Amino acid sequence: MYRIVKKEELNPTVTFMSIEAPMVAKKAEPGQFIILRVDEEGERIPLTIAGYDREQGTVDIIFQIVGGTTMKLNAKNQGDYIQDFVGPLGNKTETEGVKKACIVGGGVGCAIAYPVAKKLHELGCEVTSIVGFRNKDLVILEKEFDEASDRLFRMSDDGSWGEQGVVTAPLKAMLDAGERFDVVIAIGPVIMMKFVTLTTKPYDQKTVVSMNPIMIDGTGMCGGCRLTVNENGKRVTKFACVDGPDFDAFTVDFDEAMMRGRMYAEFEAHVRDEACNLFKAEVK
Amino acid sequence: MAINPKKTPMPTQDPIERGRNFNEVAIGYTVEMALGEAERCLNCKNKPCVSGCPVNIDIPSFISKIKESDFEGAYQVISKYSSLPAVCGRVCPQESQCESKCTLGIKFEPVGIGRLERFVADYHNANATEKPVKPTPNGHKVAVVGSGPSGLTCAGDLAKKGYAVTVFEALHTAGGVLVYGIPEFRLPKSIVAKEVQTLNDLGVEVKTNVVIGKTLTVDELFEDGYEAVFIGSGAGLPNFMNIPGESLKGVYSANEFLTRSNLMKAYREKSDTPIMKGGKVAIVSGGNVAMDAARTALRLVAEKVYIVYRRYMTELPARKEEVEHAEEEGIDFKLLCNPIEILGYDNPDDKRDPKNGTVVGIKCIKMELGEPDERGRRSPVPVEGSEFVLDVDAVVMSIGTSPNPLIKSTVDGLEVNRKGCIIVNEDGLTSREGIYAGGDAVTGASTVISAMGAGKVAAKAIDDYIMNK
Repeated sequence: MYRIVKKEELNPTVTFMSIEAPMVAKKAEPGQFIILRVDEEGERIPLTIAGYDREQGTVDIIFQIVGGTTMKLNAKNQGDYIQDFVGPLGNKTETEGVKKACIVGGGVGCAIAYPVAKKLHELGCEVTSIVGFRNKDLVILEKEFDEASDRLFRMSDDGSWGEQGVVTAPLKAMLDAGERFDVVIAIGPVIMMKFVTLTTKPYDQKTVVSMNPIMIDGTGMCGGCRLTVNENGKRVTKFACVDGPDFDAFTVDFDEAMMRGRMYAEFEAHVRDEACNLFKAEVK
Repeated sequence: MAINPKKTPMPTQDPIERGRNFNEVAIGYTVEMALGEAERCLNCKNKPCVSGCPVNIDIPSFISKIKESDFEGAYQVISKYSSLPAVCGRVCPQESQCESKCTLGIKFEPVGIGRLERFVADYHNANATEKPVKPTPNGHKVAVVGSGPSGLTCAGDLAKKGYAVTVFEALHTAGGVLVYGIPEFRLPKSIVAKEVQTLNDLGVEVKTNVVIGKTLTVDELFEDGYEAVFIGSGAGLPNFMNIPGESLKGVYSANEFLTRSNLMKAYREKSDTPIMKGGKVAIVSGGNVAMDAARTALRLVAEKVYIVYRRYMTELPARKEEVEHAEEEGIDFKLLCNPIEILGYDNPDDKRDPKNGTVVGIKCIKMELGEPDERGRRSPVPVEGSEFVLDVDAVVMSIGTSPNPLIKSTVDGLEVNRKGCIIVNEDGLTSREGIYAGGDAVTGASTVISAMGAGKVAAKAIDDYIMNK
């Protein structure tokens, strides 16, 4: 069992938790993920590591409440325990030799982008961050990004926070102005990563994306997390859990990844509806 | 007394009824049936059956105990050789192992050794009250990677010799393929849990949620004072056919399909883990795993389940018993048939239709047997123009696995072959001192009992290595 050391609501649908897991904390690196199970009957879900403290032996996760399992997890409080917590899984984000980077985070993906920005910043890299949210109520980690970035672009869909517009706007402006990075790292919804890639490709600007497909074991056994990449003109199956989660953005078949991501959309919606009815019953 | 030429049949659940539940198919012998079957054993002096057993159980000796109605005594004989008797009695391919060597089998049906083994183990599990005695510690530590059949066997054998054994398991439950792969109706999970408990009682510690190669490395295990490491990490990434449509929604690897149902209990009504239920399902290929997937799909209330296999019935790699059970339950075998494409739904008017990308069919081509090759085997060749479509809602690819990359990539100097399987000598020793390996990580996908045999060989070699250090 793994203790929830700290819980904090970052916005109405996004929660931060710090989990006591010393073995995972000892090895965790930005870009890697964990798999957890809330209780004995629970489903295994992957969550990317949002932070870690090797001395305290804790690993941070930030999750959006999207389905049955994240609702159950969110119902747990500080001091409670979760059943299983395994990791760190996947490969760390490559930071070696990076002197100048642009980190693009979208929505709850910013939770994963932040430790990458922080690590690069600590390594003395020049970090430009572009973070985008639908509106100001959904903003997370603003202060943290500010501290980890040499330049920070704040974007929102409705203009209620920072500038109105999408994350690709400032990115394109910089590229147009002739600016180049050792790497652009995009982390967020697949659709956002696709558009970041469409933006950087004409400039041949090296871009890395962090894929977050459906997974079960996370150790290279089930194959549920497969995605298709283009390797020298050939379509090749890769597994996000052992080959990723970071991939060369120019090779990924994003449309297929989006389609696969919706495999259980109906199931999740059904779970949400049922839970809502339960809440209604309690109110009565 | 005349010998009954036939094996005492195994009582089973009614095929139609069992096709809709996850309870065990084979019910097990009664005491009378076990006694009757044991009487058929000739108790041969040269014990040919023992040579057919990968863990060399003294078969005539345990059957003699059954004849004396000393069922617990029979269990004690088996448990000297096997750490998982209730498992082996259920899933071993006895027809190609011990029973294939049975003297009785020359003229009649061989003795039902597997069924008797199962009877004895179940009898023990139901009646034994005493816990196994924990051996005196010998002061040495061994680490085992993976809690599948090879790892549990290696751990059990070493624990019996007094070693402090820690088993590291990546998943949340011990058992490896016995819990994620083999379905409940063939091997109830309570039986696996019981066998693991027996090992716990012997002093084996199982640490779940530890991925060796990630959470800890093999070299760190040595730093922690383990004197030897056994790697039984099992088969790895599923293979796909590389035909169009394999990424569509509703296409599973057998590993994923079975893991969702078995380990994650997706078959239960209120499970948190989703799985495709109902509809029509095609399982590609014809091994034991394919049979498990097909019969699982049926129990997940599929309207129709097909096995699509490119060769002929007699060449199905699955055990005969499994194929017979599948046929009885109504699985439809599409033989001499090879998939060439999986077809998906596509609404041309609405790109956002949530149905887009879901499986609607599998396009196959008929095969015929070509000219015999040098070994005399006639390989199937496609019949031109014979393409046809099976309407299905899900496809399960069951065409094998490739070894897991996590360990080999994190152990310096560990040699693997072209396919990525760990290379070992006849003692299970790898290219690194103190590191042993066995099971599917070495052989590629194989059987539970051969993995157990490898675990057993390695346990002996590890004991020799540590004692002579």
